[in-house]
Amino acid sequence: MLTVNGAPLEVNGNMTLPDLLDTLNLTNHPCAVEVNASLVPHDQRKEFVVRDGDSVEVVTLVGGG
Amino acid sequence: MIATPATADESLQIGDVTLTSRLLVGTGKYPTYETMQAALDASGCQVVTVAVRRERLVDDEGRSLLDFIDTDRYTILPNTAGCFNAEDAVRVAHLGRDLLAQLGNPGASWVKLEVLGDRATLLPDPVGTLEACRQLVDDGFTVLCYASDDPIMAARIRDAGAACVMPAGSPIGSGRGIANPSAIHLCLALLKDPAHGGDTSFPVIVDAGVGTPSDVTIAMELGADGVLLNTGIAHADDPVQMATAMRLACQAGYLGCASGRIPRTLHANASSPWEGIVVPIPGE
Repeated sequence: MLTVNGAPLEVNGNMTLPDLLDTLNLTNHPCAVEVNASLVPHDQRKEFVVRDGDSVEVVTLVGGG
Repeated sequence: MIATPATADESLQIGDVTLTSRLLVGTGKYPTYETMQAALDASGCQVVTVAVRRERLVDDEGRSLLDFIDTDRYTILPNTAGCFNAEDAVRVAHLGRDLLAQLGNPGASWVKLEVLGDRATLLPDPVGTLEACRQLVDDGFTVLCYASDDPIMAARIRDAGAACVMPAGSPIGSGRGIANPSAIHLCLALLKDPAHGGDTSFPVIVDAGVGTPSDVTIAMELGADGVLLNTGIAHADDPVQMATAMRLACQAGYLGCASGRIPRTLHANASSPWEGIVVPIPGE
């Protein structure tokens, strides 16, 4: 079980961040990712594995002042 | 006396970016993305601010903000809005940088730093702002720092390494304009006037509270290098027309400042000559 943007997400075992983003239909969306409150730079996502119990934040840009 | 821009078409340098438009515009609170896109175009701005938030995938119609912003045209300035301490602001700034780096946008190294003091006024927390500013400068950011209109605080933020200080005209979204022109004037004096240890090239942008074109003009006439606004355009009845008005107001204020205003006097100074007048002047 992961927590993604504050909500529980059931996944099958450990998975890489690209796999997780694919699961979330975010592969082609510009986003930034934190795992357990630490930024995972976009060029280091490929090898990064999320594990059971991890808390993941996926953020994007929205309108703001 | 604050040094005024040398020429009417002088560009504005912030960090590594050179701007010819001195109006910076936010992307929040527009009725539609299409309206936002048209308003940004009408404003003539080259820098747009954005916020960093949890991914909700897309809007109700399957679209996202970035579908409506030309990232080759605009420098995107990510903010830390909603952060109430330095640690959170630094965290959000890094998220924004990682996002914009993927887009290859020059705003990737920029951050509009906001560390808020409380939710009702949205006024900045000066201690947290200073702490976050120092950290972000150390982390290599070009920090454009939202601040109150306190002149000493403005100088402290500059000393902390900010690339630009952005004193608030009045509380964010309040539409109250330049609530304390004297305070803004003093901020400008301390930051830009060499007689006060300032640097004429140090950019000062009035940010927040601007409601009308005349507010923009006043800020520019005071000697600000630019104005950043969002709600004044986004919540106008006609945002696109208001964006045009804000653009013209910014230019008017800039040109007015650069032209050197006349001194204020208590008594009148006749524009028509007294010499050659054909009627008697009372008392003479």
